[in-house]
Amino acid sequence: MRSREVAKEHVTKNQHNRPSPPPATLPVMDGEAINRALRRIAHEIIERNPESASVVLAGIPSRGVEIAHRIASIIASLGKTPVETGIIDVSMHRDDVGKRADLPRVQASKLPLPLENKTIIIVDDVFFTGRTARAAMDAISSFGRPGRIQLAALIDRGHRELPIRVDFVGKNLPTAPGERVRLRLENVDGEPDAVWLVKEEKV
Amino acid sequence: MTDPAKSALRWQRKDLLGIRELSAEEITFILDTADAFKEVGTREIKKVPALRGKTLVNFFVEPSTRTRTSFEIAAIRLSADVINIAASSSSLTKGETLKDTAKILEANHADIIVLRHGSSGAPQFLAERLSSSIINAGDGAHEHPTQALLDLYTIRERKSSVAGLHVAIVGDILFSRVARSNIFGLLKLGARVTLVGPSTLVPREFEKLGVAVSHDINEVLPTADVVNLLRIQHERQRKEYFPGIGEYIRLFGLTKDRAKLLKPDCLIMHPGPINRGVEIDSELADGAQSVILDQVTNGLAIRMAVLYLCGGIATP
Repeated sequence: MRSREVAKEHVTKNQHNRPSPPPATLPVMDGEAINRALRRIAHEIIERNPESASVVLAGIPSRGVEIAHRIASIIASLGKTPVETGIIDVSMHRDDVGKRADLPRVQASKLPLPLENKTIIIVDDVFFTGRTARAAMDAISSFGRPGRIQLAALIDRGHRELPIRVDFVGKNLPTAPGERVRLRLENVDGEPDAVWLVKEEKV
Repeated sequence: MTDPAKSALRWQRKDLLGIRELSAEEITFILDTADAFKEVGTREIKKVPALRGKTLVNFFVEPSTRTRTSFEIAAIRLSADVINIAASSSSLTKGETLKDTAKILEANHADIIVLRHGSSGAPQFLAERLSSSIINAGDGAHEHPTQALLDLYTIRERKSSVAGLHVAIVGDILFSRVARSNIFGLLKLGARVTLVGPSTLVPREFEKLGVAVSHDINEVLPTADVVNLLRIQHERQRKEYFPGIGEYIRLFGLTKDRAKLLKPDCLIMHPGPINRGVEIDSELADGAQSVILDQVTNGLAIRMAVLYLCGGIATP
Protein backbone atom coordinates (compact mmCIF):
# COMPACT_ATOMS: atom_id res chain seq x y z
CA MET A 1 0.00 0.00 0.00
CA ARG A 2 2.69 2.40 1.07
CA SER A 3 4.86 1.61 -1.95
CA ARG A 4 2.00 2.49 -4.26
CA GLU A 5 1.54 5.82 -2.55
CA VAL A 6 5.23 6.54 -2.88
CA ALA A 7 5.06 5.62 -6.56
CA LYS A 8 2.15 7.99 -7.03
CA GLU A 9 3.99 10.84 -5.34
CA HIS A 10 6.92 10.14 -7.58
CA VAL A 11 4.77 10.50 -10.71
CA THR A 12 3.28 13.75 -9.54
CA LYS A 13 6.71 15.19 -8.84
CA ASN A 14 7.92 14.15 -12.27
CA GLN A 15 4.95 15.82 -13.90
CA HIS A 16 5.87 19.01 -12.18
CA ASN A 17 9.57 18.96 -13.01
CA ARG A 18 10.02 17.11 -16.27
CA PRO A 19 7.48 15.21 -18.33
CA SER A 20 9.33 11.84 -18.25
CA PRO A 21 7.09 8.78 -17.80
CA PRO A 22 7.28 6.64 -14.64
CA PRO A 23 9.72 3.71 -14.80
CA ALA A 24 8.29 0.81 -16.77
CA THR A 25 7.11 -2.11 -14.67
CA LEU A 26 6.79 -5.50 -16.35
CA PRO A 27 4.78 -8.23 -14.70
CA VAL A 28 6.89 -11.39 -14.40
CA MET A 29 4.97 -13.80 -12.17
CA ASP A 30 1.50 -13.83 -10.65
CA GLY A 31 0.39 -15.74 -7.57
CA GLU A 32 -0.24 -18.92 -9.52
CA ALA A 33 3.19 -18.83 -11.18
CA ILE A 34 4.87 -18.23 -7.81
CA ASN A 35 2.99 -21.18 -6.35
CA ARG A 36 4.04 -23.45 -9.25
CA ALA A 37 7.67 -22.36 -8.85
CA LEU A 38 7.63 -23.13 -5.13
CA ARG A 39 6.09 -26.56 -5.74
CA ARG A 40 8.85 -27.34 -8.21
CA ILE A 41 11.48 -26.25 -5.68
CA ALA A 42 9.82 -28.45 -3.03
CA HIS A 43 9.97 -31.50 -5.34
CA GLU A 44 13.62 -30.85 -6.20
CA ILE A 45 14.53 -30.49 -2.54
CA ILE A 46 12.98 -33.88 -1.72
CA GLU A 47 14.66 -35.47 -4.72
CA ARG A 48 18.07 -34.16 -3.71
CA ASN A 49 17.57 -34.84 0.01
CA PRO A 50 15.77 -38.16 0.56
CA GLU A 51 16.41 -37.80 4.31
CA SER A 52 13.99 -34.90 4.62
CA ALA A 53 13.92 -35.16 8.42
CA SER A 54 17.43 -33.69 8.56
CA VAL A 55 16.56 -30.75 6.28
CA VAL A 56 16.19 -27.23 7.69
CA LEU A 57 14.81 -24.45 5.50
CA ALA A 58 16.48 -21.30 6.83
CA GLY A 59 14.78 -18.19 5.45
CA ILE A 60 16.47 -14.82 5.15
CA PRO A 61 14.06 -12.14 6.56
CA SER A 62 11.53 -11.08 5.69
CA ARG A 63 10.37 -12.69 2.45
CA GLY A 64 12.82 -15.59 2.56
CA VAL A 65 11.25 -16.67 5.86
CA GLU A 66 7.78 -16.64 4.29
CA ILE A 67 9.05 -18.57 1.23
CA ALA A 68 10.70 -21.16 3.51
CA HIS A 69 7.40 -21.67 5.34
CA ARG A 70 5.51 -22.10 2.08
CA ILE A 71 8.00 -24.65 0.73
CA ALA A 72 7.88 -26.51 4.07
CA SER A 73 4.09 -26.74 3.99
CA ILE A 74 4.17 -27.94 0.35
CA ILE A 75 6.62 -30.70 1.36
CA ALA A 76 4.33 -31.65 4.27
CA SER A 77 1.31 -31.72 1.92
CA LEU A 78 3.15 -34.19 -0.32
CA GLY A 79 3.10 -36.68 2.52
CA LYS A 80 6.83 -36.51 3.14
CA THR A 81 8.48 -36.24 6.54
CA PRO A 82 8.07 -32.57 7.46
CA VAL A 83 11.21 -30.42 7.19
CA GLU A 84 12.16 -27.93 9.88
CA THR A 85 12.28 -24.20 9.29
CA GLY A 86 14.43 -21.45 10.74
CA ILE A 87 15.41 -17.80 10.37
CA ILE A 88 18.87 -16.65 9.42
CA ASP A 89 19.37 -12.88 9.56
CA VAL A 90 22.51 -11.82 7.72
CA SER A 91 22.74 -8.16 8.82
CA MET A 92 25.60 -8.71 11.26
CA HIS A 93 27.58 -10.73 8.72
CA ARG A 94 27.39 -8.44 5.70
CA ASP A 95 30.55 -7.06 4.11
CA ASP A 96 29.25 -3.52 3.61
CA VAL A 97 28.67 -2.40 7.20
CA GLY A 98 29.96 1.14 7.52
CA LYS A 99 29.22 1.83 3.84
CA ARG A 100 25.46 2.36 4.08
CA ALA A 101 23.69 5.61 4.91
CA ASP A 102 21.02 3.85 6.96
CA LEU A 103 20.42 0.41 8.44
CA PRO A 104 17.31 -1.76 8.41
CA ARG A 105 15.94 -3.62 11.41
CA VAL A 106 17.89 -6.73 12.44
CA GLN A 107 15.90 -9.84 13.27
CA ALA A 108 16.97 -12.54 15.68
CA SER A 109 18.17 -15.71 13.93
CA LYS A 110 16.65 -19.02 14.95
CA LEU A 111 17.93 -22.43 13.90
CA PRO A 112 17.12 -25.85 15.33
CA LEU A 113 20.26 -26.94 17.19
CA PRO A 114 22.56 -28.79 17.00
CA LEU A 115 23.31 -28.32 13.30
CA GLU A 116 25.67 -31.29 13.01
CA ASN A 117 24.53 -33.75 10.28
CA LYS A 118 21.74 -31.42 9.21
CA THR A 119 21.26 -30.04 5.70
CA ILE A 120 20.61 -26.30 5.94
CA ILE A 121 18.92 -24.84 2.89
CA ILE A 122 19.25 -21.06 2.79
CA VAL A 123 16.05 -19.61 1.33
CA ASP A 124 16.17 -16.16 -0.26
CA ASP A 125 13.64 -14.26 -2.35
CA VAL A 126 15.89 -12.86 -5.09
CA PHE A 127 19.36 -14.28 -5.73
CA PHE A 128 21.58 -11.48 -7.06
CA THR A 129 25.24 -10.77 -6.25
CA GLY A 130 25.74 -13.75 -3.94
CA ARG A 131 26.87 -11.52 -1.07
CA THR A 132 23.77 -12.22 1.01
CA ALA A 133 24.27 -15.96 0.57
CA ARG A 134 27.91 -15.63 1.64
CA ALA A 135 26.82 -13.68 4.75
CA ALA A 136 24.18 -16.33 5.47
CA MET A 137 26.77 -19.12 5.31
CA ASP A 138 28.97 -17.15 7.69
CA ALA A 139 26.04 -16.62 10.07
CA ILE A 140 25.10 -20.31 9.99
CA SER A 141 28.64 -21.36 10.86
CA SER A 142 28.44 -19.37 14.10
CA PHE A 143 25.70 -21.78 15.24
CA GLY A 144 27.71 -24.90 14.50
CA ARG A 145 28.89 -27.09 11.65
CA PRO A 146 26.04 -28.41 9.50
CA GLY A 147 26.50 -31.51 7.33
CA ARG A 148 25.88 -29.43 4.22
CA ILE A 149 24.50 -26.08 3.13
CA GLN A 150 22.36 -25.61 0.02
CA LEU A 151 20.73 -22.54 -1.47
CA ALA A 152 17.20 -21.93 -2.78
CA ALA A 153 15.74 -18.76 -4.28
CA LEU A 154 12.43 -17.86 -5.91
CA ILE A 155 14.18 -15.68 -8.53
CA ASP A 156 17.72 -15.78 -9.91
CA ARG A 157 18.39 -12.46 -11.58
CA GLY A 158 22.08 -13.02 -12.35
CA HIS A 159 25.03 -10.61 -11.86
CA ARG A 160 27.00 -12.72 -9.40
CA GLU A 161 29.92 -11.02 -7.64
CA LEU A 162 31.06 -14.12 -5.73
CA PRO A 163 31.68 -17.72 -6.80
CA ILE A 164 28.36 -18.99 -5.43
CA ARG A 165 25.61 -20.86 -7.30
CA VAL A 166 22.00 -21.55 -6.43
CA ASP A 167 20.83 -25.18 -5.98
CA PHE A 168 17.06 -24.68 -6.28
CA VAL A 169 15.60 -21.82 -8.29
CA GLY A 170 11.98 -20.91 -9.07
CA LYS A 171 12.66 -18.73 -12.09
CA ASN A 172 15.71 -17.50 -13.96
CA LEU A 173 15.08 -13.87 -14.79
CA PRO A 174 17.68 -12.16 -17.01
CA THR A 175 18.05 -8.55 -15.90
CA ALA A 176 20.14 -5.48 -16.61
CA PRO A 177 22.24 -4.22 -13.68
CA GLY A 178 20.12 -1.09 -13.13
CA GLU A 179 16.80 -2.94 -13.13
CA ARG A 180 15.01 -3.95 -9.95
CA VAL A 181 13.05 -7.07 -9.18
CA ARG A 182 9.97 -6.16 -7.17
CA LEU A 183 8.46 -9.02 -5.21
CA ARG A 184 5.32 -8.83 -3.09
CA LEU A 185 4.02 -11.64 -0.88
CA GLU A 186 0.60 -11.54 0.71
CA ASN A 187 1.67 -12.48 4.25
CA VAL A 188 4.63 -10.09 4.34
CA ASP A 189 3.53 -7.08 2.32
CA GLY A 190 -0.27 -7.21 2.59
CA GLU A 191 -0.42 -7.21 -1.23
CA PRO A 192 -1.26 -10.11 -3.58
CA ASP A 193 1.64 -12.37 -4.56
CA ALA A 194 3.42 -10.99 -7.62
CA VAL A 195 6.82 -10.37 -9.20
CA TRP A 196 7.58 -7.43 -11.47
CA LEU A 197 10.67 -6.26 -13.27
CA VAL A 198 11.12 -2.51 -12.76
CA LYS A 199 13.05 -1.04 -15.70
CA GLU A 200 15.76 1.48 -15.00
CA GLU A 201 14.71 5.09 -15.10
CA LYS A 202 16.04 6.94 -18.16
CA VAL A 203 17.27 10.41 -17.23
CA MET B 1 3.59 -11.56 9.51
CA THR B 2 5.84 -8.52 9.48
CA ASP B 3 4.15 -5.29 10.44
CA PRO B 4 4.95 -2.92 7.55
CA ALA B 5 4.92 0.14 9.81
CA LYS B 6 7.46 -1.57 12.02
CA SER B 7 9.94 -2.29 9.28
CA ALA B 8 9.63 1.14 7.67
CA LEU B 9 12.11 2.96 9.90
CA ARG B 10 15.80 2.72 9.06
CA TRP B 11 18.54 3.78 11.47
CA GLN B 12 20.33 6.99 10.48
CA ARG B 13 22.18 8.33 13.54
CA LYS B 14 25.95 8.08 13.93
CA ASP B 15 25.83 9.29 17.54
CA LEU B 16 23.88 8.33 20.65
CA LEU B 17 24.00 11.39 22.88
CA GLY B 18 20.80 11.07 24.87
CA ILE B 19 17.31 9.61 25.03
CA ARG B 20 15.66 13.02 24.91
CA GLU B 21 16.29 13.48 21.17
CA LEU B 22 15.16 9.96 20.19
CA SER B 23 11.65 9.22 18.96
CA ALA B 24 9.63 6.37 20.44
CA GLU B 25 10.13 4.54 17.12
CA GLU B 26 13.91 4.90 17.36
CA ILE B 27 13.93 3.62 20.94
CA THR B 28 11.85 0.61 19.94
CA PHE B 29 14.17 0.08 16.96
CA ILE B 30 17.17 -0.15 19.31
CA LEU B 31 15.31 -2.52 21.66
CA ASP B 32 14.34 -4.77 18.72
CA THR B 33 17.94 -4.74 17.47
CA ALA B 34 19.06 -5.74 20.98
CA ASP B 35 16.74 -8.77 20.74
CA ALA B 36 18.79 -9.94 17.77
CA PHE B 37 22.07 -9.35 19.62
CA LYS B 38 20.82 -11.16 22.70
CA GLU B 39 20.32 -14.16 20.42
CA VAL B 40 23.98 -13.90 19.35
CA GLY B 41 24.89 -14.54 22.99
CA THR B 42 23.27 -17.98 22.73
CA ARG B 43 25.30 -19.07 19.69
CA GLU B 44 28.22 -21.43 19.79
CA ILE B 45 30.38 -18.60 18.42
CA LYS B 46 29.29 -15.41 20.17
CA LYS B 47 31.23 -13.09 17.91
CA VAL B 48 29.94 -11.53 14.69
CA PRO B 49 32.03 -9.66 12.08
CA ALA B 50 29.78 -6.57 12.00
CA LEU B 51 32.40 -3.99 13.03
CA ARG B 52 35.50 -5.74 11.69
CA GLY B 53 38.21 -3.21 10.91
CA LYS B 54 36.68 -0.48 13.07
CA THR B 55 38.50 0.98 16.06
CA LEU B 56 36.54 1.79 19.19
CA VAL B 57 38.01 4.00 21.88
CA ASN B 58 36.60 3.69 25.37
CA PHE B 59 37.36 7.14 26.74
CA PHE B 60 36.36 7.26 30.39
CA VAL B 61 37.25 10.52 32.04
CA GLU B 62 35.15 9.53 35.05
CA PRO B 63 35.81 6.17 36.67
CA SER B 64 33.57 3.24 35.74
CA THR B 65 34.10 -0.50 35.67
CA ARG B 66 30.69 -1.91 34.81
CA THR B 67 29.81 0.34 31.91
CA ARG B 68 33.31 0.34 30.44
CA THR B 69 33.58 -3.44 30.66
CA SER B 70 30.14 -3.86 29.13
CA PHE B 71 31.07 -1.62 26.18
CA GLU B 72 34.39 -3.42 25.81
CA ILE B 73 32.81 -6.89 25.66
CA ALA B 74 30.13 -5.59 23.29
CA ALA B 75 32.78 -4.16 20.96
CA ILE B 76 34.86 -7.32 21.04
CA ARG B 77 31.81 -9.43 20.18
CA LEU B 78 31.26 -7.16 17.20
CA SER B 79 34.89 -7.72 16.08
CA ALA B 80 35.94 -4.09 16.61
CA ASP B 81 39.43 -3.29 17.90
CA VAL B 82 39.18 -1.72 21.36
CA ILE B 83 41.42 0.81 23.03
CA ASN B 84 40.77 1.90 26.60
CA ILE B 85 41.86 5.35 27.69
CA ALA B 86 41.34 6.47 31.25
CA ALA B 87 42.11 10.11 31.85
CA SER B 88 42.25 11.95 35.10
CA SER B 89 39.88 14.84 35.00
CA SER B 90 41.65 16.75 37.70
CA SER B 91 44.72 17.87 35.80
CA LEU B 92 42.99 19.79 33.04
CA THR B 93 40.26 22.36 33.00
CA LYS B 94 37.06 21.31 31.31
CA GLY B 95 37.43 23.22 28.05
CA GLU B 96 41.01 22.12 27.55
CA THR B 97 40.17 18.53 28.34
CA LEU B 98 37.56 18.31 25.65
CA LYS B 99 39.59 20.05 23.00
CA ASP B 100 42.61 17.91 23.77
CA THR B 101 40.41 14.85 23.93
CA ALA B 102 39.08 15.52 20.45
CA LYS B 103 42.56 16.00 19.05
CA ILE B 104 43.96 12.85 20.62
CA LEU B 105 41.04 10.74 19.44
CA GLU B 106 41.14 12.14 15.92
CA ALA B 107 44.86 11.44 15.73
CA ASN B 108 44.19 7.85 16.81
CA HIS B 109 41.73 7.32 13.91
CA ALA B 110 38.94 6.30 16.25
CA ASP B 111 35.81 5.24 14.35
CA ILE B 112 33.67 5.00 17.48
CA ILE B 113 34.25 6.90 20.71
CA VAL B 114 32.48 5.83 23.88
CA LEU B 115 32.75 8.80 26.21
CA ARG B 116 32.12 9.09 29.92
CA HIS B 117 32.69 12.60 31.16
CA GLY B 118 31.91 14.67 34.23
CA SER B 119 30.56 17.58 32.22
CA SER B 120 27.07 17.60 30.77
CA GLY B 121 27.19 18.05 27.00
CA ALA B 122 30.74 16.75 26.53
CA PRO B 123 29.63 14.01 24.06
CA GLN B 124 27.67 16.58 22.05
CA PHE B 125 30.76 18.79 21.93
CA LEU B 126 32.74 15.94 20.38
CA ALA B 127 29.92 14.85 18.07
CA GLU B 128 29.79 18.32 16.55
CA ARG B 129 33.53 18.35 15.90
CA LEU B 130 34.43 14.80 14.88
CA SER B 131 33.22 12.53 12.11
CA SER B 132 33.59 9.55 14.47
CA SER B 133 30.50 8.02 16.07
CA ILE B 134 30.10 9.33 19.62
CA ILE B 135 28.33 7.19 22.20
CA ASN B 136 27.47 8.84 25.49
CA ALA B 137 28.36 6.53 28.39
CA GLY B 138 27.24 9.12 30.94
CA ASP B 139 27.86 12.87 30.96
CA GLY B 140 27.64 14.76 34.25
CA ALA B 141 24.09 14.90 35.56
CA HIS B 142 22.73 15.01 32.00
CA GLU B 143 22.12 11.59 30.40
CA HIS B 144 23.18 7.95 30.45
CA PRO B 145 21.28 6.66 27.42
CA THR B 146 22.49 3.05 27.30
CA GLN B 147 21.50 2.55 30.95
CA ALA B 148 17.98 3.77 30.21
CA LEU B 149 17.79 1.57 27.11
CA LEU B 150 18.82 -1.55 29.03
CA ASP B 151 16.30 -0.68 31.74
CA LEU B 152 13.55 -0.29 29.13
CA TYR B 153 14.66 -3.52 27.48
CA THR B 154 14.53 -5.41 30.78
CA ILE B 155 11.07 -4.04 31.56
CA ARG B 156 9.79 -4.90 28.07
CA GLU B 157 11.28 -8.39 28.29
CA ARG B 158 9.51 -9.14 31.57
CA LYS B 159 6.27 -7.22 31.08
CA SER B 160 6.04 -7.58 27.25
CA SER B 161 5.31 -3.86 26.90
CA VAL B 162 6.33 -0.62 28.63
CA ALA B 163 3.16 1.30 27.75
CA GLY B 164 0.67 1.67 30.58
CA LEU B 165 3.03 0.53 33.35
CA HIS B 166 3.58 2.51 36.52
CA VAL B 167 7.31 2.92 37.18
CA ALA B 168 8.62 4.33 40.46
CA ILE B 169 12.14 5.75 40.41
CA VAL B 170 13.41 6.04 43.96
CA GLY B 171 16.28 7.94 45.47
CA ASP B 172 18.92 10.33 44.31
CA ILE B 173 17.10 11.88 41.35
CA LEU B 174 18.54 15.39 41.43
CA PHE B 175 22.06 14.28 40.59
CA SER B 176 21.09 11.32 38.45
CA ARG B 177 21.68 11.08 34.72
CA VAL B 178 20.22 7.57 34.93
CA ALA B 179 16.95 9.02 36.23
CA ARG B 180 16.81 11.68 33.53
CA SER B 181 17.41 9.25 30.67
CA ASN B 182 14.93 6.79 32.18
CA ILE B 183 12.26 9.47 32.57
CA PHE B 184 12.56 10.51 28.90
CA GLY B 185 12.50 6.91 27.68
CA LEU B 186 9.67 5.70 29.90
CA LEU B 187 7.42 8.64 29.02
CA LYS B 188 8.10 8.26 25.30
CA LEU B 189 7.12 4.59 25.47
CA GLY B 190 3.93 5.42 27.34
CA ALA B 191 4.70 4.52 30.96
CA ARG B 192 3.53 6.50 34.00
CA VAL B 193 6.46 7.63 36.16
CA THR B 194 6.57 8.59 39.84
CA LEU B 195 9.78 9.95 41.34
CA VAL B 196 10.22 9.18 45.02
CA GLY B 197 12.69 10.66 47.47
CA PRO B 198 13.34 13.46 49.95
CA SER B 199 12.30 16.88 48.70
CA THR B 200 15.93 17.96 48.57
CA LEU B 201 16.76 15.20 46.04
CA VAL B 202 13.37 15.10 44.28
CA PRO B 203 12.17 18.68 43.98
CA ARG B 204 8.70 19.43 42.60
CA GLU B 205 10.29 21.03 39.50
CA PHE B 206 10.52 17.54 38.03
CA GLU B 207 6.75 17.58 37.55
CA LYS B 208 7.36 19.83 34.53
CA LEU B 209 8.81 16.78 32.73
CA GLY B 210 5.43 15.06 32.96
CA VAL B 211 6.09 12.83 35.95
CA ALA B 212 4.54 12.63 39.42
CA VAL B 213 6.63 13.45 42.50
CA SER B 214 6.13 11.83 45.89
CA HIS B 215 7.98 12.11 49.18
CA ASP B 216 6.21 9.09 50.68
CA ILE B 217 7.43 5.75 49.32
CA ASN B 218 4.77 3.74 51.17
CA GLU B 219 2.10 5.52 49.19
CA VAL B 220 3.70 4.70 45.80
CA LEU B 221 4.84 1.07 46.19
CA PRO B 222 1.39 -0.65 46.13
CA THR B 223 0.58 0.54 42.58
CA ALA B 224 4.06 0.20 41.07
CA ASP B 225 4.75 -2.33 38.30
CA VAL B 226 8.46 -1.54 38.43
CA VAL B 227 10.58 -0.02 41.19
CA ASN B 228 13.91 1.33 40.01
CA LEU B 229 16.18 2.10 42.97
CA LEU B 230 18.96 4.52 42.20
CA ARG B 231 22.29 4.40 43.92
CA ILE B 232 22.94 7.02 46.57
CA GLN B 233 25.90 8.80 45.04
CA HIS B 234 28.11 9.40 48.04
CA GLU B 235 30.70 11.03 45.81
CA ARG B 236 28.27 13.71 44.69
CA GLN B 237 26.41 14.17 47.96
CA ARG B 238 26.64 17.20 50.11
CA LYS B 239 25.29 17.23 53.61
CA GLU B 240 22.64 19.85 52.98
CA TYR B 241 20.86 17.59 50.48
CA PHE B 242 20.96 14.42 52.44
CA PRO B 243 19.35 13.37 55.69
CA GLY B 244 22.01 10.77 56.58
CA ILE B 245 22.15 7.05 55.72
CA GLY B 246 20.10 5.81 58.71
CA GLU B 247 17.44 8.40 58.07
CA TYR B 248 17.39 7.54 54.35
CA ILE B 249 16.90 3.82 55.00
CA ARG B 250 14.11 4.57 57.45
CA LEU B 251 12.27 6.85 55.01
CA PHE B 252 13.10 5.52 51.54
CA GLY B 253 15.07 2.26 51.70
CA LEU B 254 13.40 -0.84 50.23
CA THR B 255 13.38 -2.93 53.40
CA LYS B 256 11.81 -6.39 53.78
CA ASP B 257 8.81 -4.86 55.56
CA ARG B 258 8.30 -2.27 52.89
CA ALA B 259 8.61 -4.89 50.11
CA LYS B 260 5.41 -6.48 51.42
CA LEU B 261 3.58 -3.46 49.99
CA LEU B 262 4.69 -4.41 46.45
CA LYS B 263 2.53 -6.27 43.95
CA PRO B 264 3.81 -9.85 43.68
CA ASP B 265 4.85 -9.29 40.04
CA CYS B 266 6.48 -5.91 40.61
CA LEU B 267 10.03 -5.82 39.22
CA ILE B 268 12.87 -4.52 41.38
CA MET B 269 15.64 -2.82 39.42
CA HIS B 270 18.92 -1.18 40.32
CA PRO B 271 21.53 0.22 37.92
CA GLY B 272 24.34 -0.74 40.32
CA PRO B 273 26.68 -0.71 42.02
CA ILE B 274 24.33 -1.52 44.92
CA ASN B 275 24.82 -0.15 48.38
CA ARG B 276 23.43 -3.28 50.04
CA GLY B 277 21.29 -2.42 53.02
CA VAL B 278 20.89 1.21 51.93
CA GLU B 279 18.73 1.55 48.80
CA ILE B 280 17.68 -2.06 49.05
CA ASP B 281 17.74 -4.90 51.55
CA SER B 282 20.46 -7.39 50.64
CA GLU B 283 18.11 -10.40 50.39
CA LEU B 284 15.65 -8.51 48.22
CA ALA B 285 18.46 -7.62 45.82
CA ASP B 286 19.00 -11.35 45.22
CA GLY B 287 15.31 -12.26 45.47
CA ALA B 288 12.74 -13.47 42.95
CA GLN B 289 11.44 -10.01 42.08
CA SER B 290 14.91 -8.63 41.43
CA VAL B 291 15.99 -8.31 37.78
CA ILE B 292 19.31 -6.66 38.64
CA LEU B 293 21.42 -9.36 36.95
CA ASP B 294 19.12 -9.36 33.89
CA GLN B 295 19.93 -5.68 33.59
CA VAL B 296 23.64 -6.49 33.34
CA THR B 297 23.11 -9.22 30.72
CA ASN B 298 20.73 -7.06 28.74
CA GLY B 299 23.19 -4.18 28.94
CA LEU B 300 25.56 -6.17 26.75
CA ALA B 301 22.85 -6.75 24.10
CA ILE B 302 21.84 -3.08 24.19
CA ARG B 303 25.43 -1.88 23.82
CA MET B 304 26.05 -4.29 20.95
CA ALA B 305 22.92 -2.92 19.27
CA VAL B 306 23.93 0.70 19.79
CA LEU B 307 27.50 0.15 18.58
CA TYR B 308 26.27 -1.85 15.60
CA LEU B 309 23.77 0.84 14.60
CA CYS B 310 25.75 4.02 15.25
CA GLY B 311 29.11 2.53 14.30
CA GLY B 312 27.73 0.65 11.31
CA ILE B 313 26.45 3.50 9.17
CA ALA B 314 28.61 5.42 6.74
CA THR B 315 30.18 8.58 8.16
CA PRO B 316 31.29 11.49 5.99
